Amino acid sequence: MTSFGSFLRQLVRDVWSQKLRTFLTVFGIIWGTVAVALLLAVGEGVHRRQTKSFAGLGDRIVIAWPSRTSLPFEGLGKGRRIRVDETDIEFLKKRVGGLAEISSEYAQNLRATFGDRARLVDVSGVSPIFGEMRNMVPAEGGRFINPTDMDQRRRVVFVGNELAEDLFGEIDPVGEKVMLQGSPFLVIGVLQAKEQDSSYSGRDHSKMIIPSSTFQALTGQRYVDLFIYKAATPDRNKALTERVLAALGERKRFDPGDTQALGIWDTTDMFVWFDTFMLAFKLFMGFMGILTLTVGGIGVSNIMNVVVEERTREIGIKMALGAKSRTVLSQFLLETFIFTAIGGIIGLTLTWGFCAAVAGTPAEDAIGTPVLSPQIALLTAGVLGLVGFLAGYFPARQASRLDPVVAMKL
Amino acid sequence: MNWPLKKKNNGDGNSNGHIIEMLGITKVYDTGKIQVEALKGIDLVVDKGEFVAVVGPSGSGKSTLLNLVGCLDTPSGGTYMLGGEAVAGLDRDQLADVRNRRVGFVFQNFNLLPQLTALENVEMPMLFGGMGRRERRRRAKEHLDRVGLGDRVEHRPTELSGGQMQRVAIARALAMEPDIVLADEPTGNLDTGSGSDVMSLMTELWGQGRTLVVVTHDKTLASRAGRVVEIRDGVVVTDERAVA
Repeated sequence: MTSFGSFLRQLVRDVWSQKLRTFLTVFGIIWGTVAVALLLAVGEGVHRRQTKSFAGLGDRIVIAWPSRTSLPFEGLGKGRRIRVDETDIEFLKKRVGGLAEISSEYAQNLRATFGDRARLVDVSGVSPIFGEMRNMVPAEGGRFINPTDMDQRRRVVFVGNELAEDLFGEIDPVGEKVMLQGSPFLVIGVLQAKEQDSSYSGRDHSKMIIPSSTFQALTGQRYVDLFIYKAATPDRNKALTERVLAALGERKRFDPGDTQALGIWDTTDMFVWFDTFMLAFKLFMGFMGILTLTVGGIGVSNIMNVVVEERTREIGIKMALGAKSRTVLSQFLLETFIFTAIGGIIGLTLTWGFCAAVAGTPAEDAIGTPVLSPQIALLTAGVLGLVGFLAGYFPARQASRLDPVVAMKL
Repeated sequence: MNWPLKKKNNGDGNSNGHIIEMLGITKVYDTGKIQVEALKGIDLVVDKGEFVAVVGPSGSGKSTLLNLVGCLDTPSGGTYMLGGEAVAGLDRDQLADVRNRRVGFVFQNFNLLPQLTALENVEMPMLFGGMGRRERRRRAKEHLDRVGLGDRVEHRPTELSGGQMQRVAIARALAMEPDIVLADEPTGNLDTGSGSDVMSLMTELWGQGRTLVVVTHDKTLASRAGRVVEIRDGVVVTDERAVA
């Protein structure tokens, strides 16, 4: 359009002559944008951090602990103890389809000593796969239990990070010997610090992990305290659990519908619940943000209304000279659009800057790292566009409906 | 190129050569409680090349008539043909288009846009007419030259005298080569010197064959016109042609 250049020059001139008005208009939009984007970004940050700390317990695993039956089954009374040993775990591995990973876990409170320091420690005996399933990542220079440790019943131990600090102090624990129940164990790795906000037998940072074969040899414990398993994908966990219950029920002779015989904690439920909760949380945040942005939009609309009034004579003159309603309408709309776009870009940049600034500060521990994802930016831009359009449309329509004769006389 | 061909009917193509043809025009302002009858049946025919002065006391309806002639307002009754085109029943945008192509306005208070330069003010109607930028510039300069302001193109209205502003307004009125130039008290806000400049300019335009309708209180200006129409209480009371 040939008039676009002239329009822009006029706009710039107009904006320049009304610095305060322009500043206030753009400021309203910036404020609104920052409010929406920041609320959503913080929500996203909290979500990610929380998901990460949930994952501290495990990567969408199912935790099962053998207990007592609560229903009579095939002539057997209720209250019977269900015991699971390594052969049962092997049986499940072979017989249950869709079982991607499984590890038994034996747990006891044992006395650990290093030099003159002694502590009572939760010790777990597990399979090598356990580390991966439970997100236990070794810190640099260490490793988790491997299949050879398992086969040879090596006396090796993986230590939780806080326990390591408590027991070894300044010394690097890897390669040190620690006494467990009077037997020397070689420290092969220390847990890399992680977020964990739920657990079933103490936090991982204060535990010691040894091979289950070694554990059995050391303590003589035959039956597992619990076992953890997972399907290839989290959505198959539920069906898998039904098959585990059916297979184990048949072998151990308990009703597969007996909710007590085998305690089940499917951690994916927690993720599902949390995702739903976070969605509601983000909707709420977004809603608050949109309200804020709307207030900003009303401000812009007000200012545009004032602009229309101030420029009524100008509009009248233009119409007298042959400007069509459409021209006047689009001029005001475009003006609002430009204000909104500039405000939006500045607002998103500020938000992005804030997100970058929070990263690496203590605030990160409390609220996680706010993330301005492309979706959030896009959503904000969309809402902004809508608010901008509405804010511009009504004043513009009012302007375009002015009667030239009346408008010019003002 | 995108500059629409105009002047399909600049009098020559019209069967009877009338630019303005008004018959029984009435205008009633309805303020809700009372109705004010500003024009009570005006018959007015203006031919191409005429210079018509419309005179009359304040409130006689002459400005209303000029607004109707310029399609700034629509009559309540009667028929109006402008350059052979029926104006009744046109919508706002079509009227805007008619104003743009056929009518050039000169106002008492100039009505220039203060934030624009003289050149940009003159460009404005051509901008609305969809003319390209180069063509607009060229013509605007040409028109400003003709009114004697070739050295003031980059000046803002506030940097010009009253007479200069009115000359910019006249250049603007001529920008689209309209069928008719309408002026509402063009000398009303000017001192005698500037006023007579503007009058001379009007007369010059007439001499170039343009059609002018001027509403004025100014007897000197009216005396320069070829025809004086007097309006009183919304009707034409006298319509006299000067003997050349």
